[in-house]
Amino acid sequence: MINRIPSMKLAERVREGHLRAIARLITRVESGGDPDVRQALAELYKSTGNAHVVGITGVPGAGKSTLVTQLVHEYRKSGRTVGVVAIDPSSPFSGGAILGDRIRMGDLVSDPGVFIRSMATRGTLGGLARPALDAVDLLDAGGFDVVLIETVGVGQDEVDIVRAAHTTVVVNAPGLGDDIQAIKAGVLEIADVHVVSKADRPDSNRTIQELKAMLMMSLEPGEGIWRVPVVPTSSEKHTGFGELMAAIDRHAEHLERSGEITERRRQIALTRVVKVAEEIVRDNFVRDSRSQTEELLKKVTQRELDPHGAAVTLLKAMKETIHESH
Amino acid sequence: MQNNDNNAAVIRVMLAKIGLDGHDRGIKVVARALRDAGMDVVYTGLHRTPEEVVDAAIQEDVDILGISLLSGAHMHIFPKVLELLKQKEAEDMIVAGGGVIPDDDVKELYQMGVHKILLQDTPPQEIIDSFRQLVADRGAR
Repeated sequence: MINRIPSMKLAERVREGHLRAIARLITRVESGGDPDVRQALAELYKSTGNAHVVGITGVPGAGKSTLVTQLVHEYRKSGRTVGVVAIDPSSPFSGGAILGDRIRMGDLVSDPGVFIRSMATRGTLGGLARPALDAVDLLDAGGFDVVLIETVGVGQDEVDIVRAAHTTVVVNAPGLGDDIQAIKAGVLEIADVHVVSKADRPDSNRTIQELKAMLMMSLEPGEGIWRVPVVPTSSEKHTGFGELMAAIDRHAEHLERSGEITERRRQIALTRVVKVAEEIVRDNFVRDSRSQTEELLKKVTQRELDPHGAAVTLLKAMKETIHESH
Repeated sequence: MQNNDNNAAVIRVMLAKIGLDGHDRGIKVVARALRDAGMDVVYTGLHRTPEEVVDAAIQEDVDILGISLLSGAHMHIFPKVLELLKQKEAEDMIVAGGGVIPDDDVKELYQMGVHKILLQDTPPQEIIDSFRQLVADRGAR
């Protein structure tokens, strides 16, 4: 048996930027909630709000991990520290996960100005679990200038990230879709910055042009409106990553100047609160499963009660017994 | 829903290849078996240095650092890894080794502080069981 350091003690070290303390608290946050973990998070939350949070998304194989690696190098060159939360899918069957981003980020690991943490989705919708957002807080409180969230890249409707990041970067790879893809809603519309990766490939120009054409269509006239840039990058030729960092910085400035940052912050706060509320509700469903839930489920399967009615009944009952242990 | 409910801590494992050892078939099979047993597995990829692996394992805060070695460099690499963990105040990390290792060396590695050696013919289920046991013995952290 080992000595368990109290979470509040770890929180103090997180504030000093102690990497091991950050790492351990993320683990505790991920494995659910002892009350002392929640207390530590609440305390540390007061020290957050300084990092610029960047979400990186895009279809699988678009080159997100490679791009993140290169982008971290750029930030380091500019003298900024970077925390990375890299999210990979959990197996829907075992709940386990293989977290592979380490393979590409290996060369950054021994730099004390960089912290990389892999996390599994644990089956959350939208791919962004509550612990991942808590991890962002911990890195923020730990003093990292920039926090990058790399999402799983599940498809065209992964819009969760927009509600959790200040700047959303969508990575597009050439040759993945014809031009009709470019007018589809969803993942293409959530970008604050578009990247076309693998720009050394000859067909990348077409993707760049299509994206630009699509963005032109949605352009409103007027001053002070953010014009979503399309940044070509190539990790083969090491080009475009400085431009990408500059584009993200410009977006951060735009948010401040236009006052849009207030709305983003509100949106992020809303996402956070809703995620925790969902989790509390879900846990209470599981916790009560032996008694009332089972009875209601039986009624639903036998068509005596509809799912909506059962849910409302359960929520009403839950109001009395809500557990706060998160 | 998942098998893991929110309050059960998922076992986190880092599987590492260190040095000039290009054999990764085995470690990938182990990674898959551990994942299918519900663990989170971080694989480092090939040709890492002991420093990289230890730093990554600390940031990932894994329960178990598993190092696969088929190059014969185990008597060089394990002491280095253990030393680095000590330097970085991470001695509470469980270190496991796998691969082709002679019996005499196995004995010595245990004395050095390696918690578990699983040789090349170990069935996946035995690896899973022994990892679970190691984490249970260590207790909550």
